[in-house]
Amino acid sequence: MERVAIIGVGQSEFGELWDKGFREIVLKAGIDALEDAGLEGKEIEAMYVGNMSGGRYLAQEHIAALIADYSGLSEMGVPSTRVEGADASGGLALRQAYLSVASGLHEIVIAAGAEKVTDVGSEMTTDIMASSADREWEGFVGATIPALYALMARMHFTKYGTTPEDLALISVKNHRNGALNPKAQFRREIKVEDVLKSPFVAEPLRLLDCAPLSDGAAAIILANEKVAREYTDSPVFIKACTQASDYLALQNREDITTMRAVKIAADMAYDQAGLKPEDIDVVELHDSFTIAELIAYEDLGFVEKGRGAELIREGITSLDGSLPANPSGGLKACGHAIGATGIRQAVEITYQLRGKAGKRQVEAEMGLSLNIGGTGATAVITIYEIG
Amino acid sequence: MKAGIVSYGTYIPRLRVSVDEIAKVWGESPDNVKVGLGVYRKSVPDLDEDTATISVEAAREAIERGKIDPERIGAIFVGSESHPYVVKPTATIVGDAIGCGNSFHAADFEFACKAGTAGIQVCMGMVESGMIEFGLAIGADTSQSAPGDPLEYSASAGGAAFVVGKKGVIAEIEETLSFTSDTPDFWRREGQPYPSHGGRFTGIPAYFRHVTSAAIQIMEKTGYKPSDFDYAVFHQPNGKFPIRAARILGFTKEQINQGLVVGYIGNTYSGSSIIGFSAILDIAKPGDKILLVSFGSGAGSDAFIFNVTDLMEDYPRVPTVWDKINGGITVDYSTYLKLRKKIRLKG
Repeated sequence: MERVAIIGVGQSEFGELWDKGFREIVLKAGIDALEDAGLEGKEIEAMYVGNMSGGRYLAQEHIAALIADYSGLSEMGVPSTRVEGADASGGLALRQAYLSVASGLHEIVIAAGAEKVTDVGSEMTTDIMASSADREWEGFVGATIPALYALMARMHFTKYGTTPEDLALISVKNHRNGALNPKAQFRREIKVEDVLKSPFVAEPLRLLDCAPLSDGAAAIILANEKVAREYTDSPVFIKACTQASDYLALQNREDITTMRAVKIAADMAYDQAGLKPEDIDVVELHDSFTIAELIAYEDLGFVEKGRGAELIREGITSLDGSLPANPSGGLKACGHAIGATGIRQAVEITYQLRGKAGKRQVEAEMGLSLNIGGTGATAVITIYEIG
Repeated sequence: MKAGIVSYGTYIPRLRVSVDEIAKVWGESPDNVKVGLGVYRKSVPDLDEDTATISVEAAREAIERGKIDPERIGAIFVGSESHPYVVKPTATIVGDAIGCGNSFHAADFEFACKAGTAGIQVCMGMVESGMIEFGLAIGADTSQSAPGDPLEYSASAGGAAFVVGKKGVIAEIEETLSFTSDTPDFWRREGQPYPSHGGRFTGIPAYFRHVTSAAIQIMEKTGYKPSDFDYAVFHQPNGKFPIRAARILGFTKEQINQGLVVGYIGNTYSGSSIIGFSAILDIAKPGDKILLVSFGSGAGSDAFIFNVTDLMEDYPRVPTVWDKINGGITVDYSTYLKLRKKIRLKG
C-alpha cells in the first residue's frame, strides 16, 4: 500500500448561506484546496464527493457530475463519484479517496463534501435528517434524530450518572473554540446556564445541545508520498482510515450508550496505525448532539465506559487540556454541513498538525477524526500524522 | 407647504389572549416564548370585527378628531393582508361608512405588513400633485396564523388611519422613500387559510436588510443622523426585531420605547408600525422629528421623516393608543379559537 498524505485543504464558511448557491459553496472549497496545495487542477485524477441528500434538499441528484462540471474536471473527463452515508458521507468520501491512492490506482485525487440545507424549510430538514435512521422502524413511529439521541442520553444518565450539566459543558467548550474559528457558524461563547435554560428539543437534550444544520463545503487533496513531497514540506499523512457499521435502528443494539461501529473502527484504526488512544494529541468528534461527543470519548478509548463526563468536567478536552476535542468548534459551533462535515474535520486536523490553526492552535503531531452517520450505524475514523 | 398628516385614528380590538395561555396549550415554556419573542399578549378580534370594521373605526376617529368633512376626502386606500373579501374592496365599505359620497378614488392595497404606509405615500403623491385635497390611508389587519405555528403568539388585529393633506397638517412629511426587493420570506397563496414563512430567513435577509437599508438611505438623503430624531418606530413583527434594528442603526431605547406596542397587542401586521407611530404622535410636541420605517414581507420597507407642527398643540389625542393597549378583556385559548373561527362547526 502507498502512504497517503493530505497536501491541500479548503473550506467554505459554514452557516445559513442564503445568498450562496450549492455550486458556489463547493467551488470555493475546491479552489481553496487547490490553491493550498499549489495545484492548477489538471493534476487531479479522480474526485470523491460526500453529500447526503442533494436529491431532497435541492432536487438535484448526480451531484458528483455537477461538481465535476462546475469545477472544470469534467472537461478532462476526470471520474467523479458521490458517496452517501448520511452525515458520514464526507468521511466516506475521504476514505474512498484514500483507498484509491493507497491502492496505487491514483497518484493525486480530491475528496470533497458539500451540503446546502437552507433551500427547504425546517420541517422538511427534520424529515430528511430522520431518513438517516430506520424509516420503517423508527421514523414511521415518530422518532426523529434528536429523539433517538435523547434516548441514548437518558440511558447514559441512568446507567452512569452523567448529568445535563456535563452535556452543557461540552456545548460551552465547543462554542468557546468556535469563537476562535473564522469559518465557524457560531462565533460566540455561551454559558452553562444558557444551555440549561434553552428549550428542550427532545428531553433531556436542549436546543444548545444540538448542532445546527448548516450550508457548507470542504475539500482536501490527497496524494501518494512521492507526489506529496513534490508539493509540500508539511504533508499530513493518513495513518489509518477505517470504517465500520452497526445496526441501523437503535432497538437492535445491545447497548445504546455505546456506538459499536465506533469501537470497531477505532480498534482497527489504532491497530493499523500502531498506536494507542493515549498517543493521540487532538481530535475532531461528531458532536451532532453533546451526548455523541461524550459517548465518543468512551468508545474511542480515551476513558473507561461510563466515565466520559470526567474528561469534560476536568477540562481534559479543552483547548488547553491534554486531549483537545473539537478545536474547530465541532459540529455544534462550527456548524454541521452534513455531507461536508467529515471532510471539514480533516481540514481542521490538517491545520492543527501544520501549526496553522491560528488562535485555536493546540500542540499536536497526531490527530484523529470521527465522523458518524445518523445514530451511529456508520462510523469513519481517520488518524493523521504530520510528516 | 408639504403634505403631511392632518389627522389620525386607531382601533385595537378589546379582547386579548396571553402568550402564557397559548404556550400552555402547545406545551411550550411561556417564559422562553416571552423572552424569545418579546410578546406577552396579543389583541383578538371579536366575532363581529374584521379588517373592514377596524378600518371604519380608525377612520371615524381620524375624521372626528381632525374635524374633516368626509366629502372632501378624494381618495381612500386600505392596506391589509386580511381584506374580508378577495374580490370586492374594503375601501368602498369605509367610504360609505364615513360618508364620503361617491366622488373619491378607492382601492385596496396588499404588501404584507406595509400596505398601510404604501397608502400614505400614494395619498401624499395625489395631494402634492393637486389631484385631491385630502386622502385617507389605512393599514389594518386581522392577521392569520395556523394553530401551533410560532406566528400564533404574535399575529393579532388592529389598524390605524391617516388623513393626508396640505391644510391643517399636524406632522409634515419631510421625506419618504422605499427599499424594495423580491425576497420570498413570508407568503400566502390564493385559497390558503394561513401564511407560510421561511423561519429564520425572515430575519437578516428580509426584515433587517430592508428596514436598515431604507433607514440608512433616508438618513443619507436628508443628512440626518439617529440623534437628530426625537422618536423612531420600526415595524414590529415581535418585540425583538425592532429593538435590534434600532441598535444596529444607532437609535436608543428612549427613542423607540413610546412606539413599541407589539409586546402588549402583538403584531397587527398592516397596522403594526403605524399604530406605533400613532402612539408617538399621541405625545409628540411641535418641532419633534420622527422616523417611521415599515416592513412588508416579499419584501420592502417604506421610510418616512415627519416633523411635528405647531397645530399639534390643539389637536385632540385622547384616548391615546396606550389607553387602548392597556385596556382589554382577556379570553382563554378556546374562546380565541372560536372567535378566530378555528373550530369547525357542525354542518
